[in-house]
Amino acid sequence: MSGLFGQFIRRPEFGAMLSFVAVIAFYVAFGGVSLSSLFGAASWINFAANLGIVALPVGLLMIAGELDISIGAMIPAGSMSIAILSGYYDLPIVVGILGALAFGVLVGLANGFLAVRTSVPSLIITLGTLVAVQGLVLAGSVMLTGAASVPLNAPAWAKLVFGQLIFGKFQVIILWWFALTVIFGFVLHAMRYGNWIFAMGGDEVSARNAGIPTNRLKIALFVLSSTAASFVGMCGAIQFNSAQVSGGMNYIFNTIVSIVVGGVLLTGGFGSVAGIFLGALTFAVVSQGIYFTDIDRNWSNLIIGVMLLAAVLMNNTFREIAMRYVPKKSK
Amino acid sequence: MSDKVPILELQKVDKSFGPIDVLFDISLKVRAGEVLCLLGDNGAGKSTLIKTLAGVHKPTRGTILLDGKPVEFSGPRNAQEMGISTVHQFGGTFPLMSIGRSFFVGVEPTKGWGPFKVYDRKKANEIAVKAVQDFGITRIDDGDRLVGGLSGGERQSLAIARAVHFGARVLILDEPTAALGVKQAAHVLRIVNEAKRRGLAVIFITHQVMHAMTVGDHFAVLIRGAIAADFRRGEKTREEITDLMAGGETMADLEAQVESYMASHEGHPPPPAQ
Repeated sequence: MSGLFGQFIRRPEFGAMLSFVAVIAFYVAFGGVSLSSLFGAASWINFAANLGIVALPVGLLMIAGELDISIGAMIPAGSMSIAILSGYYDLPIVVGILGALAFGVLVGLANGFLAVRTSVPSLIITLGTLVAVQGLVLAGSVMLTGAASVPLNAPAWAKLVFGQLIFGKFQVIILWWFALTVIFGFVLHAMRYGNWIFAMGGDEVSARNAGIPTNRLKIALFVLSSTAASFVGMCGAIQFNSAQVSGGMNYIFNTIVSIVVGGVLLTGGFGSVAGIFLGALTFAVVSQGIYFTDIDRNWSNLIIGVMLLAAVLMNNTFREIAMRYVPKKSK
Repeated sequence: MSDKVPILELQKVDKSFGPIDVLFDISLKVRAGEVLCLLGDNGAGKSTLIKTLAGVHKPTRGTILLDGKPVEFSGPRNAQEMGISTVHQFGGTFPLMSIGRSFFVGVEPTKGWGPFKVYDRKKANEIAVKAVQDFGITRIDDGDRLVGGLSGGERQSLAIARAVHFGARVLILDEPTAALGVKQAAHVLRIVNEAKRRGLAVIFITHQVMHAMTVGDHFAVLIRGAIAADFRRGEKTREEITDLMAGGETMADLEAQVESYMASHEGHPPPPAQ
């Protein structure tokens, strides 16, 4: 295990790569799917992009040793914010966009401050804000508009940037996903902030003693995750010309599964952006790609469950290998 | 050697947490190029003393002198800036980070400009590997290896090398050999000697008398928060030190008790204390 393969097997995304290939191979072998129709299809890539944009910052949070499940409420919150502001009240679309993003920032700040100031685990904190935001959005929209569903007609430029189909089937949000993946990858792996995130997830006290502003970093990560979720909701509202208060709950488990399949250690300190990207892609192939197979789609959750367990076991093994890895001495 | 001003000195330091007195009237000195061994059984107040030295706790009474001048640390970070570094039992490093990355946590070398400043992996790895090798750990030659893959002794060495690299003058080693095997412990003791040779003041906390006697110049035994004995190298034997740590009751007495019990109970050892 030396040279290139040795380098590769040490990467956190190695397991995710295997999962991705294995799932496609499984569908080809047992589902009779043709690769050209699968890769030409938009449905699973659209799904992956929506999921992936949320999974990126949540994955970084997980590497830093925290969790954010309030994203489940932030997705409908983002779409309702823009729909109420720019649809119901007819304000300029820019106000709606800024409003949706600002709401994400606010909830992220609340999560972050609570996580920093109290010793309550972030799972519980964000469970609280998840339910609270859900209530706020439902009650707020009924109070303001009298309905739980609000139409929105975005101008052409907003549709072009945030919610339009390319070649009639690919959502423009896919491009956002790619761009954000590159940016997050740069921040996590090339900049010093990435090192801080890893150190924080590895041992928060040591990281703080080494001079890392762990509190500010944690708050920033919470802001990123809820703003990203709000962004995805906002794009959805622009795309589909309406917003509903329900939905978004599936994202909680879907993001966690794709991040873990992507090789991020649930307790923090280990992971990669490439892994998170591949995790979202793999999850999307399993849950949406099944429509291209002869397999009854009701089986897809079973496959996801088995894949999650297999991926976790596999990632544990690879992490052990990575830790023990000693390069051959070049004599 | 003893005419030099001590780098770090405690004068009549007390520490209490509310009504509970943990440290009582502690006076200690450590000079450059000297190893001070703090011996004490579990619960003797060693960790509180370390934390007081490292700036985590403030003394309730008494003064800390640095280079002969009284100081007050605002926190562990402040103590570190003044050159006092603590290395904890497991090295305080990050198991899933590479050697280079964990070495430079918080002070990463970067290259490039503006928002595109990137972490300089090559430089970090080079410096980290060189720093560790200078301490005699030549087996570490790849800065990309994960810290978790190193042996316990190597991790300690890495942490010590890191502290020295970032300008530590006083090195507080908290039970560095406690979790290690014989060979690994010897490894760490060599590193301690090397740090001493470089003129660092080392405070070596342990309950293993053998290890203390191998490297120590000066010994202090801590019992129930007070210094029970303070002596220099060669002034006491290993048995005497062990007896002191056990709190006055000599090991020999204990053995005699066990033997007499066994003699009068058909060779059965005494039941464990309740």
